Amino acid sequence: MIIEHPLLGPRDAAEFTYLGDARLIDRPDWQSENAAQEFFEYGYLRDNPAGWHQELWFHEAGDRSWLVVTRNTLTHEISKVELARDVARSRGRSK
Amino acid sequence: MTQKNRIATGGQIDRSRTHSFTFDGVTYRGHPGDTLASALLANGVRLMGRSFKYHRPRGPLTAGSEEPNALVELRDGARQEPNTRATTTELFDGLFAKSQNRLGSLKFDLLSINDRLSNFLTAGFYYKTFMWPAAFWEKLYEPLIRHAAGLGSLSLKDDPDVYDKGFLHCDLLIVGAGPAGLAAALTAGRAGVDVILADEDFRMGGRLNSETFSLGDASGADWANGVVAELESLPNVRLMARTTVIGVFDHGIYGAVERVSDHVHTPDAGKPRQILWRIYTKRTVLAAGATERPIAVENNDRPGIMLASAIRTYANRFSVAADKRVAIFTNNDDGHRTAADLHAKGIKIAAVIDVRPDAPKSTNYEVIEGQVIDTKGRLGLTSIEVKLTSGSTRRLDCGALGMSGGWNPNVHLTCHQRGRPVWNEALAAFVPGDHLPAGMTVAGAASGEMSTAGALRSGAHSAMSALDLKGDIPSFPKAEDAPVNLKPFWYVEGCSRAWLDQQNDVTVKDVKLSHQEGFRSVEHLKRYTTLGMATDQGKTSNMGGLAIMAELAGKTIPEVGTTIFRPPYTPTAIGVFGGRHRGQDFHPKRLTPSHHWAKEQGAVFVEVGNWLRAQWFPRAGETTWRQSVDREVLATRGSVGVCDVTTLGKVDVQGTDAAEFLNKIYCNAFAKLEVGKTRYGLMLREDGIAKDDGTAARLAEDHFVVTTTTANALPVYRHMEFVRQCLFPDMDVQLISTTEAWAQYSVAGPNSRRVLEKIVDQDISNEAFPFMACANITVCGGLRARLFRISFSGELAYEIAVPTAYGDALIRKIMEAGAEYDITPYGTEALGVMRIEKGHAAGNELNGTTTAQNLGMGRMVSKKKDSIGSILSEREGLNRDDDLRQVGIKPVDLKASVPAGSHLMSLTGPVDAAHDQGYVTSACYSPCLGHAIALGFLKNGSERMGERMRLVSPLTKVETEVEIVSPHFIDPEGERLRA
Repeated sequence: MIIEHPLLGPRDAAEFTYLGDARLIDRPDWQSENAAQEFFEYGYLRDNPAGWHQELWFHEAGDRSWLVVTRNTLTHEISKVELARDVARSRGRSK
Repeated sequence: MTQKNRIATGGQIDRSRTHSFTFDGVTYRGHPGDTLASALLANGVRLMGRSFKYHRPRGPLTAGSEEPNALVELRDGARQEPNTRATTTELFDGLFAKSQNRLGSLKFDLLSINDRLSNFLTAGFYYKTFMWPAAFWEKLYEPLIRHAAGLGSLSLKDDPDVYDKGFLHCDLLIVGAGPAGLAAALTAGRAGVDVILADEDFRMGGRLNSETFSLGDASGADWANGVVAELESLPNVRLMARTTVIGVFDHGIYGAVERVSDHVHTPDAGKPRQILWRIYTKRTVLAAGATERPIAVENNDRPGIMLASAIRTYANRFSVAADKRVAIFTNNDDGHRTAADLHAKGIKIAAVIDVRPDAPKSTNYEVIEGQVIDTKGRLGLTSIEVKLTSGSTRRLDCGALGMSGGWNPNVHLTCHQRGRPVWNEALAAFVPGDHLPAGMTVAGAASGEMSTAGALRSGAHSAMSALDLKGDIPSFPKAEDAPVNLKPFWYVEGCSRAWLDQQNDVTVKDVKLSHQEGFRSVEHLKRYTTLGMATDQGKTSNMGGLAIMAELAGKTIPEVGTTIFRPPYTPTAIGVFGGRHRGQDFHPKRLTPSHHWAKEQGAVFVEVGNWLRAQWFPRAGETTWRQSVDREVLATRGSVGVCDVTTLGKVDVQGTDAAEFLNKIYCNAFAKLEVGKTRYGLMLREDGIAKDDGTAARLAEDHFVVTTTTANALPVYRHMEFVRQCLFPDMDVQLISTTEAWAQYSVAGPNSRRVLEKIVDQDISNEAFPFMACANITVCGGLRARLFRISFSGELAYEIAVPTAYGDALIRKIMEAGAEYDITPYGTEALGVMRIEKGHAAGNELNGTTTAQNLGMGRMVSKKKDSIGSILSEREGLNRDDDLRQVGIKPVDLKASVPAGSHLMSLTGPVDAAHDQGYVTSACYSPCLGHAIALGFLKNGSERMGERMRLVSPLTKVETEVEIVSPHFIDPEGERLRA
């Protein structure tokens, strides 16, 4: 596979380490009333879509960026690659 | 030996030169341009192997890579390679080959008894025959099967050759250099784009080399030569002969194997045997051609029975007559071409047997409307029996029979991304469907364009459309443009031992039996009969099996469907996938800064991660590792020792939010750690399980140095970047791994300060530099360094770090300064003993199942802040009263050992999993205490000090009475640390 790194251009998938569902970005608030349940869901519940999936890849043999890759699990087509940091900010993770 | 079947003139062989070669101990001669199969056939040798299951005598069926039968062991000694297809092995001088899969000689194979037992070896015999009695399996059946199974044998020696890997990029990859591929390459090459043209053969041209067609005024082979010459002159075209494209992968990546040195006796100096290329391409034209298929006839597997097109190839390209008298059995016009070509070379045609009433007639030889119903000849064909449509039968003497059942487009690579081929009624064959790998177009025979003119046109058009070129296609000379005339015909009525899959010995009878036993899906048929599951992936057999299955089920072939193909296209040596990553180069070897010094001291090394660490330092007179390790421990605790701890992961954490960041990744608090102090940190996973531990030293308000365990250096760094980038994207904090930037030594023992005072430029007295202090310092009069007063051993100890380039100098300096105190280098074993004596957890305890509570550090998990894992660490299941707690264990009989992995049971209760109380994680002999000690986990262990238990390991027959004690075997108050 080839991943179109937003800063470095097309890079071979061998340079990356895969983590999983990009929902891992959405870590719950530790002070929320339902923190225990929310962390349980965050830690253990995943959709397993046959189709488009947002997932986290780490450019370990490269610039050490975490990326959010939108990939079709049926065809391996990649439609979008973003810096995870930008995605985290857009999802309200700025302090 | 004379080349008795060599035709006097013609062919693409170099008759001016002769190669001498050996097959089964006999020396023969051939010419450059021959394959091993063509050279053997030229010498009258057509028996080349024995079949897989029945050990039937076999010769080549084909003249290409689809060959199921003619598999040999090529070369000898360490270079011996089993299951090499004689039909693609390029002849070289001194070639050495042996037949395989035989017991005794090829002519008198003792295992051919299997052929007489064939009634017991039918479809599914694996599942039926060896089922009972169960006790026979291990002792009788399995060794029997293992002995008889498989084809060639391995040399069991190290392969002396090098395999390499490489990367290529292009605009257009063309797979196959037949007429379609050459036309595509010419079109794209002249347009100036970067082209790679790959072909598995050593000679480009594809079928043009095997046919007598002309292109304009030139022969097909000469035209191909001319095109190849033009392509060679173009700097933007890379021609790769002897290169098989084996697989299609995601996003335009293709795998290809180039056989660089397989056609020479030994690889030239510096040359690899093969190269695995990873080709990145924008577009691909698949011009892989087509494969002829045989017809199932009773006893159709005798040497001498071949594909009609293969007989034609041997005659036209290699100038070899398959025999003096040849018969052809066909259902289409193409079979007649073989007869015409052979006749023109003076070879006698016994007859052409055509199943069609409207078959073309010939004035040169007899054309019979009918079917071949049986064959004769023990080690090779001698005659065939023909049943005429009129009903009568005739026997025809012939030494070769060409079978032509039509052609299958080579759709394999179109299936590698789950594409399914579709049925084409006119060709009675599967052709590529609409769902092709992205960027691929298919041209020529692979797409169902079976004529030469059609191949040229479609090759050029494919290149134009792939590259979005405008204008006319290049003009090509006038070429053969005959339509396909074919009547689908798969097998002769009433046949049973008629081979479909010659490599796996699957017959028509097997397919019928599997249908009878209820295997109706094509995937089931394949697995039950093993049809198409051999190394040739059923290239010549799948269609016949499908057709018979369809007929039995009363369906059409497209209704039955087809299995699809996986990489690799042809069998590929494991060596080429490994490339240079084998033996000591399997993974990188990391050397510590003190490695060369340690080697001088005679250290014994152990691999930890990819590092080589000194395990112990044997001295003269020491005969066991324990003697060395005991000495190193006692010397360190008695005076001073030194150990290279560079391999521990180091991460520099800098920024105004650095302390806040550490608060997130460690479960204990860091925000208030003073500058100049170090603190132990426990890192949890988000699920509350311990992930790793280490220390964080605060060198400045905004600067920490974090250490990780050696094994977790990489994953912990990855995790820290995840927390920084994905969870807290706006924290002002930067991370960098400095593991390899600093050489770090632990100097431990009561005299450690006295040694370091001779090296360090600053005051490091207990008052100036107390326990857990850290600082940027200088050594040896100005070299920058870092000093940490931390201890894994439990002694007064320091870790001192200098830039890696000075690591070797520093260890020599420390040894020199410590000489007066008999400073002793110690390795990882002594390190392990001392940390067990001290009760420090390590990888064995942080084993991915344990929590902070298990480790006796539950109170460290701060509830006042947010850290990774803090919420889920409070789960009920992880906080039970009878949870495992870390304990120390010692034997009641002090001479006994306490092996790691053993389990703790009560003294009197039953010994089984239900009564398991805990287990031992780390164990050693403590030279300080004079007996074995261990760390382990025990249910509610912290409340059970002094209790006697049984330590058991039923598997290794261990049963020892032990006492549960504190895990801190030495200096429980920590006085030595603070001395």
